[in-house]
Amino acid sequence: MTDLDIFRKQTRDWLEANCPESMRTDMHSDQDACWGGRKFVFQSEDQKLWLERMAEKGWTAPTWDKKYGGGGLSRKEEQILKQEMKRINARPPLMSFGIWMLGPALLKFGSEEQKLKYLPPITRGQIRWCQGYSEPGAGSDLASLQTKAENRGDHYLVNGQKVWTSQADRADWIFCLVRTDSSGTKHQGISFLLFDMESDGVETKPIRLISGKSPFCETFLSDVMVPKDQLVGEEGMGWTIAKYLLTHEREMIGDNEMTGPFFERVVRHMGLVDGRLPDPVLRGKVAEHEIDDWAFRMTVARKLGETKAGASLGADSSMLKYYGTELNKRRFELLMDAAGYDGLEWESDRSNEGALARSWLRTKGNSIEGGTSEVQLNIISKHILQLPGA
Amino acid sequence: MALALNEDEQMLRETAESYFADKAPVKMLRRLRDMRDDTGFDAGLWRDMGGMGFAGVLVPEVYGGVAMGYQAAGLIAEQMGRNLTAAPFFSTSVLAATALNAGGSDEQKVKHLSKIAAADTVVAFALDEGAKHDPDRIETRAEVSGNGFKLKGVKSMVVDGHVADSLIVTAATNNGLTLFMVDAKVKGVDIERTIMMDSHNAARITLDDVEVDSDDVIGTVDQGMDVLLPVLNAGRAILSAELLGAGSEAFRITVDYIRERRQFGRIIGEFQALQHRASHLYSEMEVARSAVLAALTALDAGDGDVELYCAMTKAKLGQVARLTGLEGIQMHGGVGMTDEYDIGLYLKRIRVLQELFGDGNYHADKVARTKGY
Repeated sequence: MTDLDIFRKQTRDWLEANCPESMRTDMHSDQDACWGGRKFVFQSEDQKLWLERMAEKGWTAPTWDKKYGGGGLSRKEEQILKQEMKRINARPPLMSFGIWMLGPALLKFGSEEQKLKYLPPITRGQIRWCQGYSEPGAGSDLASLQTKAENRGDHYLVNGQKVWTSQADRADWIFCLVRTDSSGTKHQGISFLLFDMESDGVETKPIRLISGKSPFCETFLSDVMVPKDQLVGEEGMGWTIAKYLLTHEREMIGDNEMTGPFFERVVRHMGLVDGRLPDPVLRGKVAEHEIDDWAFRMTVARKLGETKAGASLGADSSMLKYYGTELNKRRFELLMDAAGYDGLEWESDRSNEGALARSWLRTKGNSIEGGTSEVQLNIISKHILQLPGA
Repeated sequence: MALALNEDEQMLRETAESYFADKAPVKMLRRLRDMRDDTGFDAGLWRDMGGMGFAGVLVPEVYGGVAMGYQAAGLIAEQMGRNLTAAPFFSTSVLAATALNAGGSDEQKVKHLSKIAAADTVVAFALDEGAKHDPDRIETRAEVSGNGFKLKGVKSMVVDGHVADSLIVTAATNNGLTLFMVDAKVKGVDIERTIMMDSHNAARITLDDVEVDSDDVIGTVDQGMDVLLPVLNAGRAILSAELLGAGSEAFRITVDYIRERRQFGRIIGEFQALQHRASHLYSEMEVARSAVLAALTALDAGDGDVELYCAMTKAKLGQVARLTGLEGIQMHGGVGMTDEYDIGLYLKRIRVLQELFGDGNYHADKVARTKGY
């Protein structure tokens, strides 16, 4: 047996012994997901136990160094862990912008003190982070952001407005892009600050989406005092850090896996007639989608295999983000086609309060958030194809 | 499943890349076409592919091959696709070698595999009969006759059929399907070369009471599916690899072109209308590449889902490579319609490759049937 075989065996045994039965079932709504943080209320004792056990192993952030609360695994071991979790249909123990986005940026650009202070509470699900990037006047053109941080000796004084702050009303801390200097080009003078959402002068207001839900907020910042040691990297390095972090966000959004085979959901809606979906045109589209989805998952696996642990995929993350989000939108279009009238129900037990309809609407944002599909195509044109003027 | 090439495969990729670019570039195909060459391929190149070990990539070492497996065969096919190389690699080194490995008797293996490894023979695989790929509906019959069989039927799109020394013929027998090794020169075999749009070789073959011996059966009578299935899987994966090569090259020359061509006082590659389409194509090609890698890996590993993976891959590559050809012509504009530019040759080759062994529609349907919807 190779070392990886042994690791697989040990992982399988450990998961078998430690993953509670109720955590081996499909998640049916956002409420089933564990996001952690000071304000989080666990849905069940099992959910809490599962998080604690996984965090104890460092497996909420498998590839991070153990001293930062991670598991110290290689990319290959991480893949095995994922496969073994999938094998028993284990739920993710923790959903976390801290792990997916802030963590990789801190690991690369943070000071040792910052890593030791901020990373372990993330892996244990104690502190929940949100992202303060977009502003009303800075969407796709993110670098034109105007939220100002004035240097006041031992602290910065932050004033401005952020928008699309995900779950800001439930988050404990924010990582935030601010302008510390307006004299140079728009990309210069941006800095990357961390601060507590309970600081004086922070106010959040949920935004109601077309899905009827409010996963995002507007965040107003008036005279928020941020100690200097909460600056990541140096003043003016914010854009570099932001871009790095965005590539991780894109990988995360691109790698959007659903539980259970897609076609089974379609069959559940439409049923089979003589062993086939009754709509032959939709049947073909479903098959084509499954083919693309499989090939895309192979691509994520291939690209991650080609990248060493902790390294970034660079501009290829734009390809994954573009392809993965467009695929996800197509998947929900097909599910809505399959569901017909049932998919239109908005308020009923039968429809789980319009779960499918609301998810379908939510996916429309996939190709907008984290850089629109058009922005991703611009990045591919410029950095990979090296087309002139891109 | 680890999706990466091993060291030997990486070396082979580099060797094959420079070999086909040097020895069998697109202009070789143009020359064969313009001279109306009777064979349609370069005999010297084919022999040399034997010497390089390419022809015997799937042949066991005891028969003089290198037995490197399907990933390796795919790397060779990819480079042939890139250069539009015409050589009987697919028919002989992939389909025939796979059939013989799967069901050949010792005698058949000794007789044919060593010649295949040496590129000293051409063996064509006679499968399809109608206008579309359909291995479930074989009408060619093999009737028991004396100690052997008599074959009757018509085979179409037999790749390399008109230059073949031997044919492997699929035929219906009383309780199933059977594969036969047939000498191409025997009585009753009528071979008509069909010149296809891609200037590669194919033939329509009529079998009129062709007598074969029971020793000529590959595998077991009525159990031909045991041999045919691995051939279909291998064929679909290797054609996908060739499509990957042809599609990548069509894409590369197109991007090169839009980086150079000037209109309205600027390079046309500056226009976002082209940039976004090129970037979309890049994404599709990357996804297609992963599918090919995964299918070939599954073939070598004997994965239980290999049939499904090969079908999905053939569907994906057919669609994506076609898009590179279509967008390639459009982005080249007027010159893309001329014979002088290579992009048209790629469009035509891709059209043929996508049709062989099932197009995207066929395989999407197959995926749905396999999964039970």
